[in-house]
Amino acid sequence: MRVLMFGWEFPPHIAGGLGTACEGIVKGLAYNGVETLFVMPSASGDEDQSATTIINASDVPVDTMSETVDEFLDKVKFIHIGSNMVPYANPEEFGKLVEEEKRRQVKDFSISYGQKYKFSGKYGANLMEEVARYAMVGGTIAMQRKDEFDVIHAHDWLCYYAGIAAKELTGKPLVIHVHATSFDRGSVDNIDTRVYAIEKRGMEAADRVVTVSDLTRNIVITRYGIDPAKVVTVHNAVDFSGRENVQVERGVKEPVVTFLGRITYQKGPEYFIEAAAKVLKRTKNVRFVMAGSGDMMNRAIHHAARLGISDRFHFTGFLRGADVQKMFALSDVYIMPSISEPFGISPLEAMRTGVPSIISKQSGAAEILNYAFKVDFWDVDAMADDIYGLLSYPALAHFSARMGYDEVNALKWNGASL
Amino acid sequence: MATKSICLYFQVHQPTRLRLYRFFDIGKDSHYYDDFANRTILRRVAQKCYLPMNQLMLELINKNKGKFKIAYSISGSALEQFQRFCPEVLDSFKALAATGRVEFLAETYYHSLASLGSDSEFKHQVAKHAAKIEEIFGVKPTAFRNTELIYSNSIGEIVYEMGYKTMLTEGARHIMGWQSPNYVYTGETQPKLKLLLRNYILSDDIAFRFAQNKVTANQYVGWLKENAKEGDIVNLFMDYETFGEHQPADTGIFEFMRALPDAVLKDGTFGFVTPSEATKKYKPVSDIAVEDPISWADEERDVTAWLGNELQSEAFKKVYAMKEKLAIVNDPELYSDFGHLQESDHFYYMCTKFFSDGEVHKYFNPYDTPYEAFINYMNVISDFQIRLDEKRAALDVRETAVQELKAPAKTVRRKVAKKK
Repeated sequence: MRVLMFGWEFPPHIAGGLGTACEGIVKGLAYNGVETLFVMPSASGDEDQSATTIINASDVPVDTMSETVDEFLDKVKFIHIGSNMVPYANPEEFGKLVEEEKRRQVKDFSISYGQKYKFSGKYGANLMEEVARYAMVGGTIAMQRKDEFDVIHAHDWLCYYAGIAAKELTGKPLVIHVHATSFDRGSVDNIDTRVYAIEKRGMEAADRVVTVSDLTRNIVITRYGIDPAKVVTVHNAVDFSGRENVQVERGVKEPVVTFLGRITYQKGPEYFIEAAAKVLKRTKNVRFVMAGSGDMMNRAIHHAARLGISDRFHFTGFLRGADVQKMFALSDVYIMPSISEPFGISPLEAMRTGVPSIISKQSGAAEILNYAFKVDFWDVDAMADDIYGLLSYPALAHFSARMGYDEVNALKWNGASL
Repeated sequence: MATKSICLYFQVHQPTRLRLYRFFDIGKDSHYYDDFANRTILRRVAQKCYLPMNQLMLELINKNKGKFKIAYSISGSALEQFQRFCPEVLDSFKALAATGRVEFLAETYYHSLASLGSDSEFKHQVAKHAAKIEEIFGVKPTAFRNTELIYSNSIGEIVYEMGYKTMLTEGARHIMGWQSPNYVYTGETQPKLKLLLRNYILSDDIAFRFAQNKVTANQYVGWLKENAKEGDIVNLFMDYETFGEHQPADTGIFEFMRALPDAVLKDGTFGFVTPSEATKKYKPVSDIAVEDPISWADEERDVTAWLGNELQSEAFKKVYAMKEKLAIVNDPELYSDFGHLQESDHFYYMCTKFFSDGEVHKYFNPYDTPYEAFINYMNVISDFQIRLDEKRAALDVRETAVQELKAPAKTVRRKVAKKK
């Protein structure tokens, strides 16, 4: 079997976990004898192509969709309108603006017809426009390579339109892979409705929807109204090959409890701070680190200062590359108190480094990890208990570190991709 | 003979800026300072301000043969930087001291907020600063100015206790009410302490508004006369970096200062006095009640620029909580770092008041956000705590060892005593 896969990023140049997961899936499929053509908006040429063929969408001119351009534009142009909304315009002015914008878009898209479009492949201000253009180019690629694949596979909402376009033009079955939903990015009453609309459309058009956890499968069924029969869960794995365990010299003597990730509402940073304050009431022989950055960071700093624990609660700011490994290596307990986490790959990385992990029951990873400590994200008492236990009873820490290490090493993309 | 006076005092201070100090550095690297930035900034300010302004002041003092006088307060942190990075600045201050027309004031060595954190630390730093001034300039300070002109009744009492009879502070509107800052006052709870109050209107006409005002020396004398119709003395207190740094040379600030003594003396209404002379010359008219600390900073003229939010209070508490342990350990190297970490500037960088005085705050701030300033500072404090704890633990081990050595001797002695 051969797969045409649409992704947004691929290692080594990645902003989130999506690229890493795509690489794992591609390698797992290759292990099982499935060939893939991996399309991404902006490839840089240094991607590992041992398991797949990378197609750079920025190199492909739009040319085979002539008869469908108008129809296609009808479908996608609403995405762009609204992304440039002008605040404080009255309804008449706004109407005029929208009309102008529509004309401009049609013109822009007509110009780009027959031309290449240089994607940034980032997550910038013109993301919506890139998503729309990616769909056009995606359709073109699908037509050009019609005979080289049997199934279409699209990762997350950025690629759903490309997947739909490819399906409509070639008639081949479409698999949508849901790594996260709008409900994991905002709270229930504060989601981006444009993204939600794209997600829903992608899920409806798909012949099969793959979710990274049962938690996400539930969201897809209840919040997007998708037929449960076509939604299946395939849990993520982690590929640790080629990774050396880094050795670092410790500066601080006390055990370190680490939170590593974006400091945003969904990740539950404030529950970690509250739990830290509770532990510090019992013992001073511990340090807490919140590594990462995000829109809640300043609030978190205030929070820790207000509780008077700032000399034991440290912030590192955004960590990149080797510093992430260094941070894991310096940690004695890892914690992921997410309020909503479709999967959450970081505790797997922590356990692979031999760090016992505490994760929230509201994360997808909790469905497959037996040797991680699981608590409700809001239960800071339980969180504090587990942290204190892991710090105070070496036998507990050793046991969970050893069992956790074996457990995550047994998770393979080769199995997950089946 | 002029019956009224102008008292000019300039503040000279440079903070010891911290380097980017990350969590990974804690417990491993205990050099906290950004030597490169500190040297670069100091040398720049020396070229633009300290050297040309000192030269100008020296000329004016010599030219006016005793009729032109000024006062400086130079923080210990600034003096250390002069010695390390720019000794010629120190030489030019020494030349000014040699004229005998310049008064050097006492302050906290580290330009710190110790008066708000710990009485004993406050006294310690004031004594350390006075000793340093005497060592370098050969004169013992007799008048006191606290960091950022911070003053309250209780701070005044301690200052008098330390032997200072004159203190400088802000003529804050909310304290003065209808009263004029152009007189000598006394402390409410310490009536023997004489207070000189900054005339913030006329001081800021130079320090903050010179570029907009485009005032000439003669016009300014007119303003002085108008403002001091009632009163004995106009206190013009400002940062020395006003000249050439905050107000660049091309605003004409140096020409203005060159012309000012002549204009004042020719007019004849005012003479020049130093702070200690002022409180001898004029009788206090009343006392001033200051319950909560005042300062010369921001619209509020209080201490919220340094201790206004929870980040600042947390950092402040954590620093002064180490005081006792530090006294037991008594290590000079730790003490020096402890001092530099108390510099008020570190707390100023954590200020979150972005509205009325945001521009001023931004100008002085090496950090992009107050949060970065706080994180960096707390990382440094964490490392410092570790060093302190290690020294303290080592001390315990030594004490136990000494006691164990002594113990057998005691038993022997007791045995001998029994035999007798």
